[in-house]
Amino acid sequence: MSTTGINWFKYSSPATFYPLAGRMIPWFAGLAAVATVAGLYLGFFVAPPDYQQGDAYRIMFIHVPAAWMSMFIYVVMAGYAALGLIFNTRLSAMMASALAPTGALFTFLALWTGALWGKPMWGTWWVWDARLTSELILLFLYIGYMSLEAAIDDPRRASRASGLLAIVGVVNVPIIYYSVEWWNTLHQGASISFDKAPTMADSMLAALLVMTFACWMYAIAVVLARVRCIILERERHSEWVLEVLEEERR
Amino acid sequence: MLEAVGLAAVRGDRRLFTGLAFSLAAGELLYVHGPNGSGKTTLLRMLCGLVLPEAGEVRWEGHSIRKLGEDYRRELLYLGHAAALKDELTALENLRVASALQGRPVSERQALEALDALGLEDCADLPVQVLSQGQKRRVALARLYLTPVRIWILDEPFTALDKKAVAGLEQTLANHLRGGGLVVLTTHQEVMLTAAVAKTIAMGSWGD
Amino acid sequence: MWAALRSMVMRDLTLAVRRVADVLTTLFFFVIVVSLFPLGVGPEMETLRVIAPGVVWVAAILASMLALGRLFGNDYSDGTLEQILLAPQPLSLLVAAKVLAHWLVTGLPLVLMAPLLGLQFGLEGEALWTLWWTLLLGTPAISLIGAVGAALTLGLRGGSVLVSLLVLPLYIPVLIFGAGAVEAQVSGLGATAHLSLLGAIAVLALCFAPLAAAAALRISLD
Repeated sequence: MSTTGINWFKYSSPATFYPLAGRMIPWFAGLAAVATVAGLYLGFFVAPPDYQQGDAYRIMFIHVPAAWMSMFIYVVMAGYAALGLIFNTRLSAMMASALAPTGALFTFLALWTGALWGKPMWGTWWVWDARLTSELILLFLYIGYMSLEAAIDDPRRASRASGLLAIVGVVNVPIIYYSVEWWNTLHQGASISFDKAPTMADSMLAALLVMTFACWMYAIAVVLARVRCIILERERHSEWVLEVLEEERR
Repeated sequence: MLEAVGLAAVRGDRRLFTGLAFSLAAGELLYVHGPNGSGKTTLLRMLCGLVLPEAGEVRWEGHSIRKLGEDYRRELLYLGHAAALKDELTALENLRVASALQGRPVSERQALEALDALGLEDCADLPVQVLSQGQKRRVALARLYLTPVRIWILDEPFTALDKKAVAGLEQTLANHLRGGGLVVLTTHQEVMLTAAVAKTIAMGSWGD
Repeated sequence: MWAALRSMVMRDLTLAVRRVADVLTTLFFFVIVVSLFPLGVGPEMETLRVIAPGVVWVAAILASMLALGRLFGNDYSDGTLEQILLAPQPLSLLVAAKVLAHWLVTGLPLVLMAPLLGLQFGLEGEALWTLWWTLLLGTPAISLIGAVGAALTLGLRGGSVLVSLLVLPLYIPVLIFGAGAVEAQVSGLGATAHLSLLGAIAVLALCFAPLAAAAALRISLD
């Protein structure tokens, strides 16, 4: 995430990170809102209609960023999980579990918008296209991760076990991805690949980039808010949490 | 020398202990007592390296047991709550498999001798599932005769034993200590343990 | 160390022999699931021949999933798993030994039974042979990957359902290359590429799954 500029080792204590995250959230949320409005305006009003697909292609401005985010978040999540397992840092494990729901949401969004796009394109809601199938499997991986974490009562075992699963998953993602590609080329149907989309006009590209930026900012803001909740929950017996709560009550 | 430095354990929401420290030299006995749920078993499993401490570390001969890994486990025998026997295998088979896993395979005769020493000669070829609780416990304890390791970590070894077996086990522990071994154990029973140095740890009483 | 590994394998095989019912359940489950398809789809041999590889493979995956709970579950509840973790041997090798024994009693019977089921679905000659090879290469990978899931869900409520959520997505490449090989053979493309890739997956699983499963066991017994 774009927060890599921060020195994590300094801020890897939940007690220092909690207030810092609280101060950062409004900024990211604000940027997300502005970028969404700008991106949607560019996408819906400035970008020209496609000569083949007409206006239907405009769903791409949500579908493509969502698909990118869904994959990227999984990798970031596995990265945090690995940090948490190797260095035994509590905050990394918390970040990993805070990322999962957002990643799953983007995966779902990518699938949903893919289906909506598929209807005018292929005349059917679902095709076993390589991309869509990979997204579906990615959703399964997110669901597995979240269910394992939810099934374990002890928070420490929960974050270590699900962290290991995330790492196993991320190692498998490329293998799964290529096997699905292979499978798809072997069962070549009359599908139109997103790869062969006509060259994009500049305004289309701009809208896509702005929307991607908006998704990033949204993801960061939401994950920070979620990790704050997780911190409070897991550290509720420590003194600094009691102090923070005392302060907020005043 | 087995050392614990600033050990802390958390189970779910409960902090079982913090800042627990002790050192145990050759020939010394550590007796851990406390009510149910006070973290005795957790402490013992932590000393084995099964439970990762929330803070602090366990050291053997000055090195962290995390780093020693297999070298530490080679010196260690742990008998937990469960007898760790396969019901479908005979007492003899159980002992031989356990010894082989420990990296010290034993012959059938050695295993039979160990069972003899605990008065189990008639049960050697019976599947463990037909044995009584006390007999199972004794089969598990037979490993003490088979595996010449220095550290014994025993969780409630006296449970389900009759008087004669208790006396025998006390004798075995005393011999092990005299031979320079280390023993860490928990027990509810009143037992007579003769050790040159016996240390005790009283675990917190704010369990359940 | 070899003595320890050998006694681990022998122990699990002895246990399986003394509890034959468990082994047979898995096998019969496989046979029954496969036999349900003609009843559901219809008895036209043409259709059956097309779906046969996929059906056999999916059924094999489900059957081995059913057996996963036993891989570490019994050892976990009677305390022997703790002793395995405390053994002064590399845990990943002991895990590999356990998976080998597990595969011999749950995977291999499926492989041996599969040609018979293939015949029922109208597969013949080369296609049947290819199916057999894919299962022989693929089921060890299935057992190895499953071991990671089984270790992660040890002792959890509803662990047996959860384990399928965790490992089924990871089985997809094996399924694709396994079932795809037969199809490629039938269509005249040749199954060599599929079989090589399947073999590569099995080798990768053999290298990494025991390590991951060992780490998972340490986490689960913490």
